[in-house]
Amino acid sequence: MSTTADLHIHNPVEDVLRKERIPTIWCPGCGIGTTVNSFAAALLGQDIDLKKTAIVSGIGCSGRVSGYMALDSFHTTHGRAIPFATGLKLANPELNVIVYSGDGDLTSIGGNHLIHAARRNMDIMVVCVNNMIYAMTGGQAAATTPGNSITTTSPFGSFEPEICLPQLVDAAGAVFVARWTAYHVKQLERTMAKALKKKGFRFIEVLTPCPTLYQRRNNMGDGLAAMVDYKNRSKIRNGAPTYEVALEPGGEIVVGEFVDREREDYLTRMRRQLGTNYSELPPQPEEEEQEGCCSSC
Amino acid sequence: MMHADPNCVLTGTHFMNGDAACCEGAIAAGARFAAGYPITPSTEVVERFAARVPKIGGIFIQMEDELAASITLQGMVWAGAKSFTVTSGPGYSLMMEHIGFAAMTETPCVFVNVQRGGPSTGLPTLPAQGDMMQARFGSHGDYSTISLVPNSPQECFSLTVKAFNLAEKFRVPVMFMMDECVGHMTEKVVIPDAKEIEVTPRRHASKPPSEFLLFEPGEELVPEMAHAGEGYKVYVTGLTHDKRGYPLMNPASQKELIPRLFEKISRAADELTIVESEGLEDADVVVVSYGITSRVAQRAIEMARAKGLKVGKLRLICVWPFPEKLIRELAPKVKALVMPELNMGQVVIELERCAGGQCKVISVPHPGGTVHKPADILAAIERGAQ
Ligand SMILES: Cc1ncc(C[n+]2csc(CCOP(=O)(O)OP(=O)(O)O)c2C)c(N)n1
Ligand code: SF4
Ligand SMILES: [Mg+2]
Repeated sequence: MSTTADLHIHNPVEDVLRKERIPTIWCPGCGIGTTVNSFAAALLGQDIDLKKTAIVSGIGCSGRVSGYMALDSFHTTHGRAIPFATGLKLANPELNVIVYSGDGDLTSIGGNHLIHAARRNMDIMVVCVNNMIYAMTGGQAAATTPGNSITTTSPFGSFEPEICLPQLVDAAGAVFVARWTAYHVKQLERTMAKALKKKGFRFIEVLTPCPTLYQRRNNMGDGLAAMVDYKNRSKIRNGAPTYEVALEPGGEIVVGEFVDREREDYLTRMRRQLGTNYSELPPQPEEEEQEGCCSSC
Repeated sequence: MMHADPNCVLTGTHFMNGDAACCEGAIAAGARFAAGYPITPSTEVVERFAARVPKIGGIFIQMEDELAASITLQGMVWAGAKSFTVTSGPGYSLMMEHIGFAAMTETPCVFVNVQRGGPSTGLPTLPAQGDMMQARFGSHGDYSTISLVPNSPQECFSLTVKAFNLAEKFRVPVMFMMDECVGHMTEKVVIPDAKEIEVTPRRHASKPPSEFLLFEPGEELVPEMAHAGEGYKVYVTGLTHDKRGYPLMNPASQKELIPRLFEKISRAADELTIVESEGLEDADVVVVSYGITSRVAQRAIEMARAKGLKVGKLRLICVWPFPEKLIRELAPKVKALVMPELNMGQVVIELERCAGGQCKVISVPHPGGTVHKPADILAAIERGAQ
């Protein structure tokens, strides 16, 4: 007779998950968990000190990822995961800091922080789960929503074109830029593993299905249908110029690692400019104040 | 209790403005990290900090806006640092969401607001005290925190140290409510020996990770803190959470968490009654004021005394929590409480509530841009004495 204990199968990635928090809040067919599986495998496949690894999310369905990882987990405010992560990194440069959040969070309300963290080349890795919708709030149009999509706030089809994230962060100065879909689990894992080892601002966009709030309203079927769609439409073009990777409704989905370059990150540059060992600079500032004046002047 | 680091404290007698003194106070208190965004009349604080801290192992980062600055500093705190931000007027409004985040996640930190005339862009270079209610209630939801108000460059130094110490003790965001006058006023500032400056250390986790709960109320209802990178796998969220820090969104967990955030402060009401008083014993009228206004009030009090009136002085150094008990005891003993403020009447609402109809409460409002005329406060004192 087998017992439940005998039946326990060790999930290869469970060591980096907060098992006690599972099941997740995510719907059947949702792509967020798929990306987490790749991420967890990437983390475990590296000689990364998990005790020195922090994960920061904003708010949204994707923003819940930080809370399922057995790392130092920070679930911050909507749009502000990147500046929080910046603070962690600056005050403890030993930390590996990963931001994991949604498209609305990172690129609309948090868009300014995305641009400036890339410009500074802050040494953090950003995973953007792009389900092309504000999911957690019930399916409103986002900056990433394909034009003419039906959403709760665009009942006649959205009137706006979607943003091209790889092009944006490339232009802002990210040193590593990639895009995959939830169909490309192995490629995503490899890219994440590579990005985890790189220094500087790294950005990975992952297209994921939101069957509940995006696909359904736009007659795009379920999570499985999304996988078939990703498989049929995607084309791997590593090194593709990011101005050629914009997503068109129904068009080709260009995936791959687009940018992988070297540029001095913020802290390295700061230390270089301050002199190699800035903590040994003289402790006292120049005294500009006059001394001994009375308090009534 | 620890003491300030002697390598970083500018011990001596200085002639400096309030903004500079605030910066020195932050450094003496142990802050080596800050995030900010420029805005008049507060920027001098971080300008000085940016020049000072590279030499003592710290970092100042100028962020892309106040939304960023007010959360970057909290990332710094959760990485183990003491950190703060500095702003004014519109910038303070933008920081509100993250003041609530700090209250909810019990992140010890300091928000310095050098108040200027408002609303909106208002009077960027001129004083006001119009953000006093915002300091108490500005973020959404219900929370309690501490607001200190200095009235001199000397206090900009010493009370900034205190602000950091209270932030650590209670694990709250402390509001340091300066104003343009105090910030730009240059006076004598005596910075004591480092060993005379007490610094409250972080309440760091005393248990190993396997036994530690990040939000278990400890001594004085305040939990201990572990940082990222220490092996505790901390879980920090702005959602209502349980003792582990895990989201738990129901009325019962809300009831367990939110009242405690209030109680950890309300139970320390005596310690947080920080006032300067004089002549209260036989006063007919007491002038209650804070910040720069207290210095004008001082003049009005002297003028009234010269006229033979019995006037007392009560200066609120800690405005929030409001010294409720003190006012309840004082009100039945006097004819009137007079409150001049550089706003249209904010803290006076609380004064009136605590006076409970036991005496007259006379507001002396002022829209800001400059300070009161002593004669206006004197007129209110005379009305109160009738
Ligand atoms: C300041 C603020 N504005 C709005 C919200 C409401 N809100 C919560 S999640 C969300 C959208 C999240 O979208 P996205 O980042 O794409 O995550 P998803 O749920 O799609 O994974 C919004 C608008 C909020 N929490 N805070
Ligand atoms: S609403 Fe969409 S994004 Fe959110 S969990 Fe469900 S499927 Fe995933
Ligand atoms: Mg989304």
